[in-house]
Amino acid sequence: MNRVEILKTYKIYIGGAFPRTESGRYYTPVNKTGEGIGNMCLSSRKDVRNAVTAARKAFGSWSERSAFNRGQIIYRIAEMLEGRKEQFILELQKQGSTKAEAEKEVILAIDRIVYYAGWCDKYNQVLSAVNPVSSSHFNFTTCESMGIVGVLAPQTTSLIGLVSLLIPAICSGNTAVLIASEKLPLCAITFAEVLNSSDVPGGVVNILTGNTEELLPVLASHMDVNALISESLGSLEIETAKAAVDNLKRKFTYNADWSSEKSQGLYYISDCLELKTTWHPIENIGGTTSSY
Amino acid sequence: MAKNTTKKQAPSWDYSPSLESTSHITILPRYELFINNEWVKPTSKKYFKTTNPATEEVLSEIAWANDKDVDLAVKAARKAYQDVWSKTTPKERSKYIYRIARLMQEQARELSVIETLDAGKPIREARDIDVPLACNHFFYYAGWADKLEYAFPNQPMEALGVAGQIIPWNFPLLMAAWKIAPALAAGNTVVLKPAETTSLTALKLAEIIKASGLPPGVVNIVTGHGDTGAAIVNHPDINKIAFTGSTNVGKIIQRAIAGTGKKATLELGGKSANIIFDDAPIDQAVEGIINGIFFNQGHVCCAGSRLFVQENIAELVIRKLKHRMDSLYLGNPLDKNTDIGAINSKEQLTTIEKYIKIGIAEGAEIYQSACELPSKGYYCRPTIFINVAQSSTISQEEIFGPVLSIQTFRTVDEVIQKANNSPYGLAAGVWTDKGSRIFNLTTKLRAGVIWANTYNKFDPTSPFGGYKESGFGREGGLHGLGAYLKMKV
Repeated sequence: MNRVEILKTYKIYIGGAFPRTESGRYYTPVNKTGEGIGNMCLSSRKDVRNAVTAARKAFGSWSERSAFNRGQIIYRIAEMLEGRKEQFILELQKQGSTKAEAEKEVILAIDRIVYYAGWCDKYNQVLSAVNPVSSSHFNFTTCESMGIVGVLAPQTTSLIGLVSLLIPAICSGNTAVLIASEKLPLCAITFAEVLNSSDVPGGVVNILTGNTEELLPVLASHMDVNALISESLGSLEIETAKAAVDNLKRKFTYNADWSSEKSQGLYYISDCLELKTTWHPIENIGGTTSSY
Repeated sequence: MAKNTTKKQAPSWDYSPSLESTSHITILPRYELFINNEWVKPTSKKYFKTTNPATEEVLSEIAWANDKDVDLAVKAARKAYQDVWSKTTPKERSKYIYRIARLMQEQARELSVIETLDAGKPIREARDIDVPLACNHFFYYAGWADKLEYAFPNQPMEALGVAGQIIPWNFPLLMAAWKIAPALAAGNTVVLKPAETTSLTALKLAEIIKASGLPPGVVNIVTGHGDTGAAIVNHPDINKIAFTGSTNVGKIIQRAIAGTGKKATLELGGKSANIIFDDAPIDQAVEGIINGIFFNQGHVCCAGSRLFVQENIAELVIRKLKHRMDSLYLGNPLDKNTDIGAINSKEQLTTIEKYIKIGIAEGAEIYQSACELPSKGYYCRPTIFINVAQSSTISQEEIFGPVLSIQTFRTVDEVIQKANNSPYGLAAGVWTDKGSRIFNLTTKLRAGVIWANTYNKFDPTSPFGGYKESGFGREGGLHGLGAYLKMKV
């Protein structure tokens, strides 16, 4: 007798838990042959708000962790993903990739996470400066995390695009609310399971599935989201950019071939950083000069 | 105007006036637009008057650029970018900028006096801060022009093209320098619009630029009001908008360029916290409070307009603060003794007075310096409000005048929460003798510039700019270059 397969229920990921959408709604994305690939949560405006609340709550302690510790945790994500490689390969195939494409995508995703894990305790050294001001002050500029980054995952990939935007944003101490690819959402939720078992504190990453046109304006206009990153948004670009203005969200769009080794780097991290300049006086009373 | 409710406490002593001479300066009766290194009459045929806010006397009349004039300036900038500036080697670009810096230094005194006449700021500040900093800014960025590849590790960068720059009236020449110097060093050409109340030093800078031999069209200066600025923002052939001004206008600009691909830097408003702990050197801190809020009549985006004093020393600090306020010299900005000059415009004075009324109506206790106000011109007494609530209008909204709201706190955590509880995040000051506490605070305050045991210090090498609704992008220092470059694909 054939064994009855256990099908997976895909839920959303908020504050380290896997609730269903509060709306109770779902949608069924289809593969290339028109078959449904799963019932996904059709997340609502309220889910976005809940996710932002969770992200804000997580921000303080995540951004204050040592850079080394964040590096360890990001590396741990790669370890967990490595262990579940096969699951992602199958899931990508279910969404229309060939086996070879799927393998390549998962391996690149793992390696990209390791790459950013290494940046955690280095970007600040490369991007900071000691500024030689003319007055008697020690003056330096360092990077700080920005806050909550809204991420619209690239639409044409299920895993690698999401990883390419999300990981540089969180490796610098930001927390994130991510909207998964509408048509290829499976890996986003399975990736949430990876995050959940990787020492990433709850709320650092929150992942929603659903209709982009419904969720993006809510995320873009949310007053407690500090930045918004995505691929170019086409017909949604102007409306989204305008919605982001009310709290002067930092908005960045990237067009890259995420399957390329080159689509990663320091500047994906630096966009979601703030620069802080500190002035500290240097006592200069005696006027003694050391000549030796 | 609010009634002056408190008596003068400090003994007063008078200095004889020490007026800076105006005999060595030239202000033309009329200024045209500066396009292609030529003085061009505006097609609008319109002019507006610029006045001395300290005396209400008309200084000159200034061309009012319309859409067509702006288009002319942008075309000049585009042509100069394509034909000349993008083909000028970085080394030569650098030398042009050095030339401008030197010429500015040579005419520094004239620039200072004109700045004081047009903006109302004390000559002491124009002479010792605005103008030297403006010169030094050109000096600093001149040297970057041929070293850009060192600024962005492993990332080739290139110029954006034509930069549209709109600057405010509080530091007219300095803001022009902050905008133009890095833009040129990075290889862009420029269309700059000074604020309508303070066009004169930008036009003097245009004369200097012409004299420097900078190729025509590389820097164009178009004068006018808000509609002129809007024409720059909306011009389709501009690649970059750099704006310093109010958060409100910043948002209008950001909406206008949504989806156009124009790159923007916005340096906007603030409501910066100045925090005094009980172990701070009190007299020094009081000077810092004064400098934080009364520097340039409080027309400073990063003004320390919210004072947080630890509760156990609040009485002492406020007593000393009132005492110091009473010895401030308010009056003729050309007098070298003057600490507090004129409010930049009648309009701004009205705004400040409106906020003072709101502060009183909301129940805060007011104290104003007991100084006499000159009979002509726009002046406002240095003003503090005591017992201000976190929720009151004067501790939330930017006033942009010499008005300080004072709150107290008990613990470090409390003051961090209060200071960060603002949509703004431009700057903050921390006064304490304890180094570890300074760095605790400077790390946790969500603002772009933090001054420890000092306030309102600026330097060309030091990046300036805000978090949150105080804008984005940095000006000054290595990081200021990023605003005028893009990654080479």
